[in-house]
Amino acid sequence: MLVKFFLLLKRAGVPVSITELLSLLEALKAGLGEVSAERFYYLARTCMVKDERHYDRFDQVFAAYFKGAQDLFALLERELPPDWLEKMAVRDLSDAEKAEIEALGGWDKLMETLRQRLEEQKERHQGGNKWIGTAGTSPFGAYGYNPEGVRIGQSGSRNRSAVKVWDKREFANLDDTVELGTRNIKLALRKLRRFARRGAPTELALSDTIDATARSGGWLDIKMVPERHNVIKVLLLLDVGGSMDDHVKTCEELFSAARSEFKHLEHFYFHNFTYEALWRNNKRRHNEHISTVEVMRTYASDYKLILVGDATMSPYEVTYAGGGVEHWNAEPGSVWLQRLMKAYPKFVWINPQPQARWRNSPSIEMIREMVEGRMYPLTLAGLDDAIDALS
Amino acid sequence: MAGEFRGTDRYIATEELMAAVNAATVLSRPLLIKGEPGTGKTLLAAEIARSLSKPLYEWHIKSTTKAQQGLYEYDAVSRLRDSQLGDPRVKDIHNYIVKGTLWEAFDCDVQPVLLIDEIDKADIEFPNDLLRELDRMEFYVYETRETVRAKQRPVIIITSNNEKELPDAFLRRCFFHYIRFPDEATMTQIVDVHFPQLKRELLREALTTFFKIRETPGLKKKPTTSELLDWIKLLVAEDIPPEALRSDDTKKLIPPLYGALLKNEQDVHLFEQLLFLNRRNAR
Repeated sequence: MLVKFFLLLKRAGVPVSITELLSLLEALKAGLGEVSAERFYYLARTCMVKDERHYDRFDQVFAAYFKGAQDLFALLERELPPDWLEKMAVRDLSDAEKAEIEALGGWDKLMETLRQRLEEQKERHQGGNKWIGTAGTSPFGAYGYNPEGVRIGQSGSRNRSAVKVWDKREFANLDDTVELGTRNIKLALRKLRRFARRGAPTELALSDTIDATARSGGWLDIKMVPERHNVIKVLLLLDVGGSMDDHVKTCEELFSAARSEFKHLEHFYFHNFTYEALWRNNKRRHNEHISTVEVMRTYASDYKLILVGDATMSPYEVTYAGGGVEHWNAEPGSVWLQRLMKAYPKFVWINPQPQARWRNSPSIEMIREMVEGRMYPLTLAGLDDAIDALS
Repeated sequence: MAGEFRGTDRYIATEELMAAVNAATVLSRPLLIKGEPGTGKTLLAAEIARSLSKPLYEWHIKSTTKAQQGLYEYDAVSRLRDSQLGDPRVKDIHNYIVKGTLWEAFDCDVQPVLLIDEIDKADIEFPNDLLRELDRMEFYVYETRETVRAKQRPVIIITSNNEKELPDAFLRRCFFHYIRFPDEATMTQIVDVHFPQLKRELLREALTTFFKIRETPGLKKKPTTSELLDWIKLLVAEDIPPEALRSDDTKKLIPPLYGALLKNEQDVHLFEQLLFLNRRNAR
């Protein structure tokens, strides 16, 4: 009977394998779960779930399976966060429909349409969670930005946290092979390591010791060398706010992976595009600026420059003086980008937007040309290519 | 079966934790323990050892720790030096193999408890290097060409603070338990174990204040069990009356000796601000 439970768990997205099932059976055979239902529940959880993030899913499956009354997946559906529906709507609609919404002018109306649409889809696919999967692959602009940068409706940035949780789930369901955990990112970043020996000598240098010993006629002469350290220096510039909100999670992962991997990592933020000022603390971005010139002077050209941004904006923000959305910029952003490129010969632009969408956005194409094609998607393969370009 | 773990006189274990520990003991699988800092992850191994009267081996992991160090190390430099000095020990390589914690635990004649503390601090490949050792409880010593096998499969407790993701292959071999933050009833039990003579009233007030602080949104570091225990220890030492803890009727905004609970100045500041707002709203 547990096989079915096991399959349900797998379907609900708890990463279980035969090993887990076997160890649960083994434990039951040893008489560990017999005292009470509660005991059995704890035992099953201990054996099958390996991450607290999956506890909740496990609980739901457990409750549904052992009560036998509730259909689990129907339950999951009803609990969809309402603002996820909003996102979903924006994502799932065609350009024509977007225009229609604007004409209709009301978000409520749209939600109504969307609910109907979801109803339909549910019937078509039967299985509760399938249509979730299809939503993500929709080719239209991320969360309803049209590529020129006009926002539809008022969905803004509110309640993103609820969506993010869901996004995570969707990410895993969609395609486990491209999942970018910090671990994967770290492994990708490893390629960029350059080891050098500096500091206090703590390790035995074997060949030197043999050499020195031989020279001194067989008397042991121990030679030590400093430990190897990663000496690569990285200057990381991150785009924050606006359209980047959708990529916060992946960018956070990239950032935390980079921070633990490189000893010399300097990071600054910018909004949409690089202008004359950057900032280090995003909370105080409006009063604590550091000028880009200053940054270029402080960090020598042996730093590798990594820009992270979705490059999705109005082309004016790139090419015109005064085009910036937040302030008046005396010189166009493109000039600043070129200065940065000149100051740091080793640079890449990493773009969290899926590569398939790049063509839809004029600004991405433009910036890509500007950085001489050194723009890479924020996927493992993309990171690998980027690292190759840097080293 | 050697007996069940049911917590000790110093350590309150919840039903779920007991189930996890017993499953790991009976099937001799490593048990991976995660949870908020200060929920007694590291303490668990010591208490299991104490309650089941087994010897305890501890292996504390640092960022520079290599898996090999837990098995054994070959001290080539000493051997080289001894050979110069004509020491007869040099003939036998066994004299220069230094046993690691894992080997010592494997060598133990009764079933020991082995703690691998903070495995997430180590290099990202560290868990992968221990797969066979944890699975089969044996490893191969290249220098002497012998295989070391565990005489008694040890109870292995591994703790992690989630700083790094652990590889799947490693997780497959472990049981897993996440220690949740204790609720008020469990917390009362825990404090009881540590301070049996504590006045009821003081305990109640302290716990209320403690949970109130924990609920403050946006704290950088929430106070945990170990901090609560420290704080109560201070309160008792300073002989603070229970009334002093009620923040709404005193002029002082912050509970006395808050330094034991809030560990950075931003948090203290935030907490002050919130209390100030609350008080103003209450008027």
